[in-house]
Amino acid sequence: MSALADPNSAREHARAMGGTVVEAMPILPPRADDLPAGVAPDDLLWEETIAAGGYASRALARGSRLRLIDLKGDACASLLLFNAAMPTERLNIADTVKVQWDAYPSAGSLLLSDMGRVLASIEQDSAATHDAFCGASNEASNRRHYGDGSNSGAFPSARDRLLLGAAKHGLSRRDVHPCINLFKGVRIGTDGGVTAQLGPFAHRRSLVLRAEMDLILVIANCPHVLDPRPWSVTPLRATAWRGPITTEDDPIRTATPERLRAFLNTEDLYRQ
Amino acid sequence: MSQNPYLEGLAGQVIYDEVVPARAPWMHRVKAGETLRVIDLEGNQAVDFLLYATADDAERFSAQDTIAAQANIFLRTGSFLLSNEGRPMMTIVATAVDYHDMIGGACSCESNSLRYGHHTKAQHACVDNFLEANLRDGRGKRDIVSNVNFFMNVPVEADGTLGIVDGISAPGLTVDLRAEMDVTVVVSNCPQINNPCNGFNPTPVRMIVTA
Repeated sequence: MSALADPNSAREHARAMGGTVVEAMPILPPRADDLPAGVAPDDLLWEETIAAGGYASRALARGSRLRLIDLKGDACASLLLFNAAMPTERLNIADTVKVQWDAYPSAGSLLLSDMGRVLASIEQDSAATHDAFCGASNEASNRRHYGDGSNSGAFPSARDRLLLGAAKHGLSRRDVHPCINLFKGVRIGTDGGVTAQLGPFAHRRSLVLRAEMDLILVIANCPHVLDPRPWSVTPLRATAWRGPITTEDDPIRTATPERLRAFLNTEDLYRQ
Repeated sequence: MSQNPYLEGLAGQVIYDEVVPARAPWMHRVKAGETLRVIDLEGNQAVDFLLYATADDAERFSAQDTIAAQANIFLRTGSFLLSNEGRPMMTIVATAVDYHDMIGGACSCESNSLRYGHHTKAQHACVDNFLEANLRDGRGKRDIVSNVNFFMNVPVEADGTLGIVDGISAPGLTVDLRAEMDVTVVVSNCPQINNPCNGFNPTPVRMIVTA
C-alpha cells in the first residue's frame, strides 16, 4: 500500500520536497554573489541555471543586462529574440551578419531585428565562438544522430525546446525563427564549407548581452546540430540585472555607421 | 524538337511559363515531382526565394537546416533545400552557376536604412514583395525567414568579412529545382539598386514548370 492514500499525507509528502537544491534550477528571489562591481543586489532580475537539454524564456526590459556563463565548457545556447511589445519583430540573423559585414558576432556586435533595429548588443564576450549559420537541431536530426529526438525523450532537439519556450509567451511554430547559437562556433571556408568549433571549451566562458529594446528571449541548451559526439551538453547559467539605457556616446552605438543607424531606428521607436 | 533554348535539358511537358517583371513578386504552387526552372534572362539578377509546405505552411524553407545538413553555406547542384523540420522540400537538380547564396537574406526598407542611409526609405525592397505575395495567401510577417538568393554572390573572407559582391551568373543561366513535396514558392525578383546583386539594374526573370 502507498503511504499517500489520503490528501493529507499527499500534501505532507509534496511539501517535504520544498527547499531541495539541484544543479539546474532558478533561484527565487534571485541571488548571486558574483555580480559585476557597481551592480546592486537589488537590481538582480534573474538567476537560473538552465539544464543540459533544457530551456528558458524570459521578458527583459530595455537596458537590462543578461550574462550567460558556460559553466562547464559544453553549453550551446540557441537564442531567439523578440520585441516584447510586438513579437512579429524578431531577430533577423541574415541582416545581423549582412548589415555588419561580419559573419562572426562577438564583443561589440549587434543582434538586429527584421525592422532595422537593435534588439541587443554583445557588451562583453570571453568566448568568441558563436554560430549564426547552423541553427537549431530538430527532431529529425536528433533521431538520425541519437536514435531519438522526441521532446519527451533523453535527446530533445533545440527546435522543440525553442518551441516550448516561445509557446509560453503565446508564440507558435511560425515564430521559431532562425537562431544564433552562442558558445559553439563555426568558421566558413573559401569554398563555403562550414567547420564547427565544438570544444569542449574552458569552464566559465561568458557573454553579456545588453537589451536595447524590451525583449522576450528564448534559450535552448541542447547539443549543437553538427556535434558528432554522443549526447554532450552541460548546464548554462543565466543572470540578469537592471541597467541603464545606452547613451548617445556609447562606443558600441557609435562604432560604425550601420550600428549608429540601428540605434537611431531603435531610439525612434521609443520616442513617444 | 523545341525551338525554345530555355527548355534545353528539361524533361516532361511545360505546364507553366511566365516572365516575372523586374522588381515584382511572384507566387506559385509546385507539386511534388514537378521541376521549376528559374532563368536569369539578362544576367546577375538576384532571385530571392522562399518555400512553404503547401499542406502546412508553418513548415517552410530553413537556410540554417540546409546549411547544417550539407555543412556548406552555398547551394550547388545536388543541394537539398530543407524545411525547418528537417525535410527535403526541393532539390537543385541542375544549375549552370557555380553556387547560389543563402546567408545574405532579403533586402528590406528597414535594412536598407542601415546599409545605405535613410534616404532609401521610399525604394522598393524584397521584404515588401515577400509580404505582398504572402498576405494574399494568408501568411504575414512572421512567416518571412532567411531565404535563398539565386544568382547572388555572398563570399565570406577568412577574417569573417562578408558582403554582396559582383555576381557570377550570366544572361540565360538557370537553376532547376525538383519539388520533393507540394510546395508554395514565393519569390521577390530583387529590386535592389544600391549594391551589385542585380548589377545595379533589376531585370526580368523567367519561370518554367515542367511535369
